[in-house]
Amino acid sequence: MSKRIEVRDLNVYYSKFLAVEGVSLEIEPRSVTAFIGPSGCGKSTFLRTLNRMHEVIPGARVEGEVLIDGNNLYDPDVDPVLVRRQVGMVFQRPNPFPTMSIKENVLAGVKLNNARISKSDADDLVERSLQGANLWNEVKDRLDRPGSGLSGGQQQRLCIARAIAVSPEVILMDEPCSALDPISTLAIEDLIEDLKLQYTIVIVTHNMQQASRVSDKTAFFNIAGTGKPGKLIEYDQTTTIFSNPTVKATEDYVSGRFG
Amino acid sequence: MSSAATTIKAKQRPGDRVFSGSAVFAGSMILVTLAAVAIFLIVQSVPALFATSEEASILTTNFWDYVWPLLFGTVWAAALALLMALPVSIGIALFISHYAPRRLASVLGYIVDLLAAVPSVVFGLWGIGVLAPAVQPVYSWLVENLGWFPLFAGPVSGTGRTILTAAIVLAVMVLPIMTAICREVFLQTPVLHEEAALALGATRWEMIRMAVLPFGRSGIVSASVLGLGRALGETMAVAMVLSATGVISFQLLTSVNPSTIAANIALSFPEAYGLNVNVLIATGLILFVVTFAVNAFARWIVSRRKDFSGAN
Repeated sequence: MSKRIEVRDLNVYYSKFLAVEGVSLEIEPRSVTAFIGPSGCGKSTFLRTLNRMHEVIPGARVEGEVLIDGNNLYDPDVDPVLVRRQVGMVFQRPNPFPTMSIKENVLAGVKLNNARISKSDADDLVERSLQGANLWNEVKDRLDRPGSGLSGGQQQRLCIARAIAVSPEVILMDEPCSALDPISTLAIEDLIEDLKLQYTIVIVTHNMQQASRVSDKTAFFNIAGTGKPGKLIEYDQTTTIFSNPTVKATEDYVSGRFG
Repeated sequence: MSSAATTIKAKQRPGDRVFSGSAVFAGSMILVTLAAVAIFLIVQSVPALFATSEEASILTTNFWDYVWPLLFGTVWAAALALLMALPVSIGIALFISHYAPRRLASVLGYIVDLLAAVPSVVFGLWGIGVLAPAVQPVYSWLVENLGWFPLFAGPVSGTGRTILTAAIVLAVMVLPIMTAICREVFLQTPVLHEEAALALGATRWEMIRMAVLPFGRSGIVSASVLGLGRALGETMAVAMVLSATGVISFQLLTSVNPSTIAANIALSFPEAYGLNVNVLIATGLILFVVTFAVNAFARWIVSRRKDFSGAN
């Protein structure tokens, strides 16, 4: 269910503007990897290249390779739609489909491409996914109510349930807690701990305590100045990054001296 | 000013007062106009509602027998027009909002808006001069080969000026407003929802079905209602294109067609006198009521699933 990600010499462009330059890193299966760095350093952009979601923005393109278990996502004959089915994503703001009920939201990904699923299988999957996202007990009596009626933290967990319902191999999280209160944040962080047993997780966060709490490895991104491309500065075990980083910029950032 | 401590009065600024006064005035004008039209229609209609054929020469029996075929024709033509225009306008709107490259999209949007500026009499001329002769062979073929289907029953009209031709002209006329509304609503689909669908592995069409169309549902309904309203009330083009005989018939391709209320008023009014004028105004009242009912129905549809509307 979970796979290794290998990135080789990745450049990301928005039309002619080089947004991220020369990133190479390896992400182990069943681990949590955190991307930290100041705003605009390209960490979200880079995250999106891991499931080709950057292609939604007109003019965005990449050079280099992203290998998931040895298969390059950017091979000409790879369909981005299939990539996104393998690599799920959770966004900064909770985005359940407002026109769907809680149950329909969980099943949204499964029902794509006219896939049929029997009612009992569907019910099982909904229960399993919601339990996987630690949401089942809170919503089991109102599965037919709209997802937009839940609290922010519950909505975010609903989005996680929706992502894991299609059994992806990797889950990308783009600042999943930045719109949530501390209690809901804690619930998501606990959930990440559980999900790690089955999935490879990559999380972008602005919260350094969060990175140190949830991640096994941490990557620090930085930019030299506005208009310059973002770069991967340092990538190491989270404990090393936070206690004994090798690069001065990393130390300045994690100790709060800049950024 | 004796109880100065208990009430704090906001300072009245002249600008605020002028603005709120003019806003209230503008808002109430719409009610006054509506009331004025309604009162005019009702007062003028009452004598006609109980008139007999002896009092008003255009009636054969009574008012209701006179208005019923017209009402049928109005609704039938408008419904046909909507049936044709709705899928096309949703398609154009989706193409402009989600498929076309940005430059082509803006040009296309501009062209569709231009279509709205064509006067209806020009559409009427086009209907008579171009559309009717062009579709007549198609109608002949349909009657010959699919005549067993009740809607296509013969005999075929020799001029092509049938209810279907009128409905096509109406469809073209309501297309711009419907497309414009759909396009605006589709463009407002939250990027968040589109990305949610795409990140689940949706293709572009699946993303549109999951995020764009559900979000735009109320917009599509409003577009349909505006289009239907325009089609119900359209006068000139129908009066010119349709060769009407005032019957009730679902057949699309024959020379025996129902007329519409608006077209009938336009064609009959110049020669109307005495109580006949009231009869025509009374048919206008019926049209007013129908349009009102259509609007109310659409409101009801939109509000039925409020929880799921995406507005919260």
